[in-house]
Amino acid sequence: MAAFVELDRIALRYGGEESGTLALLDTTLNVKEGEFVAVVGPSGCGKSTLMKVVAGLWPQSAGTAIVAGREVSGPLSIVGMAFQAPTQLPWRNVIDNVMLPLEIVQPHRSQLRAKRAMYVQKAQDLLSLVGLKGFDTKFPWQLSGGMQQRAQICRALIHEPKLLMLDEPFGALDMFTREELWNVMQEVVMDRKPTVILVTHDLREAVYLADRVVVMSARPGRMIHERIVPFPRKRTLEDTYKPEFAEIVQDLRNHISMAREQAA
Amino acid sequence: MASMDTAPAAPAIPARRARRTPIFGSRRNLERALPWMVVIGIFLFWEVTVRVFSIPDFILPSPTAIWESYLRWQPAILDNAGQTLFTTVFGFAIAIVFGLALGVAIGSSTLVYNGLYPILIGFNAIPKVAVVPILIIWFGIGTVPAVITAFLISFFPIVVNVATGIATVEPELRDVLRALGAKSRDIVLKVGLPRAMPYFFASLKVAITVAFVGSILAETIGSNKGIGKLMVVASSRFDTPLVFAGLLVTAFMGVAMYVIANWFETRMTGWATRGMTQNQQAGM
Repeated sequence: MAAFVELDRIALRYGGEESGTLALLDTTLNVKEGEFVAVVGPSGCGKSTLMKVVAGLWPQSAGTAIVAGREVSGPLSIVGMAFQAPTQLPWRNVIDNVMLPLEIVQPHRSQLRAKRAMYVQKAQDLLSLVGLKGFDTKFPWQLSGGMQQRAQICRALIHEPKLLMLDEPFGALDMFTREELWNVMQEVVMDRKPTVILVTHDLREAVYLADRVVVMSARPGRMIHERIVPFPRKRTLEDTYKPEFAEIVQDLRNHISMAREQAA
Repeated sequence: MASMDTAPAAPAIPARRARRTPIFGSRRNLERALPWMVVIGIFLFWEVTVRVFSIPDFILPSPTAIWESYLRWQPAILDNAGQTLFTTVFGFAIAIVFGLALGVAIGSSTLVYNGLYPILIGFNAIPKVAVVPILIIWFGIGTVPAVITAFLISFFPIVVNVATGIATVEPELRDVLRALGAKSRDIVLKVGLPRAMPYFFASLKVAITVAFVGSILAETIGSNKGIGKLMVVASSRFDTPLVFAGLLVTAFMGVAMYVIANWFETRMTGWATRGMTQNQQAGM
């Protein structure tokens, strides 16, 4: 089966040809349809840059990026993104924030007016899926950080993207909220079955959520190691204390330490 | 047990509240009353000073003398104030339309920004006093130069603020929309403009007050009607109380327009001033 996301020897340099920063070099990554891949690596290794290449926000300097069988040449509307910052619009209430992509992505854009009730129902379903039922008319600044991130996940999903890109969406949350949202994310994945690329610096998070974890080297980033996570879903937080789980986290950590030493 | 614990605490709360707010009932009422108290205080101080030192009217008229002068000349003052209000609001309205359009253009395109900003700065540096005679040569003495001066002086703060609001959209927010395939027009409409609204309304409050400066400036230099003209005529007759009556009427109009702008601001951009209103909701 052909990969849904195919990155072949991607290089990306910010700024000028000579003086610019080389963020990615020879980065190769394949993600199958419906697969959940986590990308981990030392800070500044170009994880977020990788996301931007896949989403079509930054053109790569070399190599090819293919998503859903088509070469990436610009932003793709089949992608849903969530970031570390909640990036909610403060003048819109939760449901209007969640429905924002529908005002942009076709064919929803032209149908929104006619089928509004259907779309509102869809947004409400998503909100209950992530545990935000009843908060639809609240404004983002009336919500806690964790709730804003739940709303952001809904916004990333509302236009039914085939590919979900998560750029450290739980990074700014406290430990308890974070673990709670892992479970929310797992619910979402089991319910909607999107292809997911998650960028994170939290190894437990990566192993808990992903089918496969990929380790990137220090800048310029490329893939240096990968581990399949064999645990079946639905996983529970107790699983994270099992020795098999700890062994994978330990293995990933060693590779990242090695990558950091090589860079230093 | 629980009721015994809370029983002695209960009367303490009303007692504390009563001690903290003796006259105005609540802090909010005090905040509302404060501007009026300051104004009344200033006028009282003014009246007393003038009387105690027996300052002659043509140097500094007392508030009561100004009031008498206002009552005496009321029809003329209101007629001229109406003219000034008209030219100011007219010029201000053009400034809103023009300033908003130019602000969006400058804020959303670095090309337009680089091209126009130096010229705008240079233009704004020109004292408008120097422009009025030219306007009078072009359009003759009357309403038009006052409207144009009010416009010229008040559009700049609007342009700068709207441009700033649009240009400072967070990159992540832009990425969220760009990743969905949004065109730059979508980004300006969905994010840039709403985000610039608090900046826009803040600039309106500045712009409306300087618009008065513009039209009165034009009226003082050359016109046949308006508060500016009235004050020129009055001062040439050493009728200082009438000059002051004109000043105070202008100040009153300025405050009134500010209040209107402020009302629109709180109605339309309540989300941006949430810090001030949140205290009332904090109890929940």
